[in-house]
Amino acid sequence: MHQKTQLQAETIRLISGTNTRKCMKCGKCTASCPAFAEMDISPHKFVSMVEHGEIDKLMASKSIWKCMSCFACVERCPRGVEPASIIEAVRQTVIRKQNNNYLRPENIPELLDPKIPQQALVSAFRKYSK
Amino acid sequence: MQRIGVFVCWCGTNIAATVDIDTVVEAMKYEPGVVHASDYQYMCSEAGQSKIKQAIKEHNLTGIVVCACSPRMHETTFRKAAKAAGLNQYMVEIANIREHCAWIHKDRKEATEKAVVLARTAVAKLNLNTPLTPGESSVVKRALVIGGGIAGIQSALDIAEAGYEVDIVEKQPTIGGKMAQLDKTFPTLDCAACILTPKMVDAASHENINLYTYSEVDSVGGFVGNFNVKIRKKARSVKADICSGCGICTEKCPSRKAENEFNLGLNKRGAIYIPFAQAIPNVPVIDRDQCIKFKTGKCGLCAKVCPADAIDFSQQDEIVEKQYGAVVLATGFNPIKLDNFDEFGYSQSKDVITSLELERIMNAAGPTGGKLLRPSDNGHPHTMVFVQCVGSRDTTGCGKTYCSKICCMYTAKHAMLIREKYPDVDVHVFYIDVRTPGKNFDEFYRRAAEDYGVNYIKGMVGKVAPTNGKLLVQGSDLIADRQLVIEADMVVLATAIEPDQTAKSLATMLTASIDTNNFFTEAHPKLRPVESPTAGVFLSGVCQGPKDIPETVAQASAAAVKVIGLLSKDKLMCNPCVANSNELLCNGCSNCQHVCPYGAIDYVEKEFRAGGKTSLRRVAQVNEAICQGCGACTVVCPSGAMDLKGFTNQQIMAEVDAICR
Amino acid sequence: MTFDYYPGCTLKTKAKDLDIHARNAALALGIELEELPEWQCCGAVYPIARDEIATRLTSVRALASARDRGRELLTLCSACHHVIKRVNNDIQTDDEIRNKVNNYLAPDIEYNGETKVVHYLEMLRDTVGFDTIREKAVKPMTGKRIGAYYGCLLLRPNNVMAFDNPENPTIMEDFIRALGAEPVLYPYRNECCGGYVAMDDKNLAAQKCKNITSSALERDVDMLITACPLCMYNLDINTNTAEETKLPIYYFTELLAQVLDI
Ligand SMILES: Cc1cc2nc3c(=O)[nH]c(=O)nc-3n(C[C@H](O)[C@H](O)[C@H](O)COP(=O)(O)OP(=O)(O)OC[C@H]3O[C@@H](n4cnc5c(N)ncnc54)[C@H](O)[C@@H]3O)c2cc1C
Ligand code: SF4
Ligand code: SF4
Ligand code: SF4
Ligand code: SF4
Repeated sequence: MHQKTQLQAETIRLISGTNTRKCMKCGKCTASCPAFAEMDISPHKFVSMVEHGEIDKLMASKSIWKCMSCFACVERCPRGVEPASIIEAVRQTVIRKQNNNYLRPENIPELLDPKIPQQALVSAFRKYSK
Repeated sequence: MQRIGVFVCWCGTNIAATVDIDTVVEAMKYEPGVVHASDYQYMCSEAGQSKIKQAIKEHNLTGIVVCACSPRMHETTFRKAAKAAGLNQYMVEIANIREHCAWIHKDRKEATEKAVVLARTAVAKLNLNTPLTPGESSVVKRALVIGGGIAGIQSALDIAEAGYEVDIVEKQPTIGGKMAQLDKTFPTLDCAACILTPKMVDAASHENINLYTYSEVDSVGGFVGNFNVKIRKKARSVKADICSGCGICTEKCPSRKAENEFNLGLNKRGAIYIPFAQAIPNVPVIDRDQCIKFKTGKCGLCAKVCPADAIDFSQQDEIVEKQYGAVVLATGFNPIKLDNFDEFGYSQSKDVITSLELERIMNAAGPTGGKLLRPSDNGHPHTMVFVQCVGSRDTTGCGKTYCSKICCMYTAKHAMLIREKYPDVDVHVFYIDVRTPGKNFDEFYRRAAEDYGVNYIKGMVGKVAPTNGKLLVQGSDLIADRQLVIEADMVVLATAIEPDQTAKSLATMLTASIDTNNFFTEAHPKLRPVESPTAGVFLSGVCQGPKDIPETVAQASAAAVKVIGLLSKDKLMCNPCVANSNELLCNGCSNCQHVCPYGAIDYVEKEFRAGGKTSLRRVAQVNEAICQGCGACTVVCPSGAMDLKGFTNQQIMAEVDAICR
Repeated sequence: MTFDYYPGCTLKTKAKDLDIHARNAALALGIELEELPEWQCCGAVYPIARDEIATRLTSVRALASARDRGRELLTLCSACHHVIKRVNNDIQTDDEIRNKVNNYLAPDIEYNGETKVVHYLEMLRDTVGFDTIREKAVKPMTGKRIGAYYGCLLLRPNNVMAFDNPENPTIMEDFIRALGAEPVLYPYRNECCGGYVAMDDKNLAAQKCKNITSSALERDVDMLITACPLCMYNLDINTNTAEETKLPIYYFTELLAQVLDI
């Protein structure tokens, strides 16, 4: 593996605190994921793509904005791999780059409706921007 | 003064690659008592052994140290060689420089230093060895088999055929085990009952076999050749000797609320019941928790209708005490509880069932008469989904870490049988891997897919949602990289298996070991797979690890051969490394008697004369035939009177000194 | 018994109903809730990334402050509960996080995860007892069919949350029974409503909510209850706009107050 890709993969493993080698490729995460329909890369592939150092592709994927952090994949994975944590690590890697926020304050007014709870705003900002 | 020879083995490169052999040999030449030290590539070989024999004669050796592999491997080999050269075989010590040294170290210098220490420790001990002579004990020519599944039945039949008496203790009211619940069996699809019941009948009618059904082992004492076992015959409330098995009582019993365990709760049974038509013995049992007579004092209908007058409400548990030369463990398995796997909806829908439940539904003698019916409404299912590996291969603590081994094959069997009998039913199987090692096994699985059109999907199920009378099965298809939802009528879970709950307590009673999953451990995973590390205890069937019927039967017969080999001996050589007490030092405190796990210590009154006076004192005496040399007594003895032959306190201290030198 | 109470930001504004009824009901049940002084927003989502320290600090402040006051920390909003309980677990199990957090906050006494985090429902079950609620019910909801909506945050990951069986929970159903109503089990009660994704992809959240409410309606529920303002929002805007999916959704504390008649 390339040195750069190796480093990237290692960083994802570190931030997520997961061991991708534990995955036995059963696909129960993908079977459980409620956001699957909107995803371009499925949860089980996140695990193996980190394993193979394909971080750039993951960072460009639509899936990282669709994952709802519902932890269904984490709860049901028989090997304790935590795909959701890997997705979060990739998402963080993206938004930590300068000018790379997915959600910007200027987008907010159009999203607002009178019923929206603070919690939604705060959490969306925490998930989508730095 | 001893004349000691030290023999250092290379074990090819196993030892020589990490331990510098020359350094060890050289160092040993200067150890006290050593008069000869040499090395060889393979000490255990014929040539290696004759080198040892030659050296013993040439140098007039009184004892030898072999620096080689674990004593579990070759201690016997070297003892025999020494004996052949005229030495007492207990004048042999092994320094384990392979498993304890070469294999676990990488650094050559460190490993060599450690090998020298291990070798000189053995020399230090040998300097204090004395020749020992083993005693003998008798062998009770009868075997006990615990568990009456196919494993226990096969072991018992083989032992009985060899002419020895066998008792089977089975906790259920009938023998047969799980196999009696199965419908057809892979890979040949013969009906389980057709091949099992003849064996059950053979076991029941064999003159050398004695069945204790509805019975449990209460306690085990003694040791190989002389186990002393208490068996609890639970009260059946029916006199087995006069019951004709007509079954009128079971039909007339008005209590109908009990779950029928044989059918895994898929239907009900009476309080007095016979588990299934071919049960052996064909004698009913009263389930006292369900019986109206036991609960309220009224009823007693069975006693009124019984033509043989066999019902006995006052029957009590009975304890039988018997001696055995050998014990076979054949306690089998159970499917795990699915409480940790509610994503599959087992507790939420009757139409989600385990594979064993499906066996009952498919069985002609089962709750549906062999018709494939949906449990919730007795309707005909059109779509069925099988999920493999449920609870197996799970390292999160919710399930079992191991592969249950039989479920890939029985799932293929189920899928095939259903497609054959009901071609209109769509069958989908979610799998992680399909594991089919076994003669004709992969062919069998492929037949299910290719000839019977079973839809195998590489993926897993994430959720089963009972909705509108259907089961929405949400799963993944990894080959197509998609998520899919199948609207199914029934879902069948290939549930992980685990050892019977009683394995743990039996292991304690027999001092047999179990692994982290409660499977009984074998003495050696490759070379002694049917023996437990405890002498005289043998393993048969799934209680040792997941197995199908062919493997179970093979292991059962292998265990039987080992038992026959043991029972064919008239005498067993005892371990001479037993405890003995120095009567002059013993103060009769009883500590040793309390800790001895084998009951080998008794007390006698003895006369002692000191200073012209005679006094009567109570002193410990070890029964050498019973003592197993565990050494517990030597540790608790406050006056240092107890010592272990071959491992005296002096010898142990010499070893410690040699290590710390 | 007195608890330190952590209301969280949303309960002070959009989810006042969740908060006010909780306080009143607790009082009626003999439980004192003392609002934790100077609490700050927990951040609303748990920082999954292990190297995120700053976003864990407000939770630790709340936890340490409760520890110093010798109290258990009571939460109500599912999100707050999730965040605070998981951060507490990080402090207990992850040396690196614990060291960094303590270095940063430099509290008088190092925080090592001593505080017990209790959800309001757990308090009802373990301290008050559902039987007490049943006894004190002035206006029991006899005959009402109520579906519990758990969502994700209370249940998962179970090895940290240890709230209930994550695939077949029972605590809200037991609560519903204590109200005198009939709990209705439906398979999607522990599936995600879309959470924060609703801000970015309204359709995805709408789809998820539709699955949940139609699953509940198929079982003939009269209403749903929840403990989470975000679940409430998502479920509400996505079901109660169309007539055919109309389904009242309440905070569980609203019904509790109603049954206790306060
Ligand atoms: C759904 C399913 C389908 C299967 N299909 C097939 C198939 O088609 N082909 C195939 O080859 N294999 C099949 N198997 C595997 C087969 O069932 C086992 O290999 C076989 O039953 C093992 O036999 P056993 O005697 O070791 O264990 P068991 O059958 O479990 O027997 C153990 C017996 O010991 C008794 N016992 C337990 N503890 C005690 C105790 N403390 N004291 C007294 N008695 C005790 C039990 O009551 C039981 O009767 C299937 C298994 C399952 C679950
Ligand atoms: S946490 Fe994300 S990836 Fe995992 S199941 Fe939920 S939505 Fe899917
Ligand atoms: S559920 Fe776990 S083991 Fe299975 S594919 Fe997903 S990450 Fe891998
Ligand atoms: S009625 Fe009597 S003889 Fe017949 S099965 Fe029952 S107990 Fe045995
Ligand atoms: S035998 Fe097959 S189904 Fe059973 S645990 Fe092993 S791989 Fe899974």
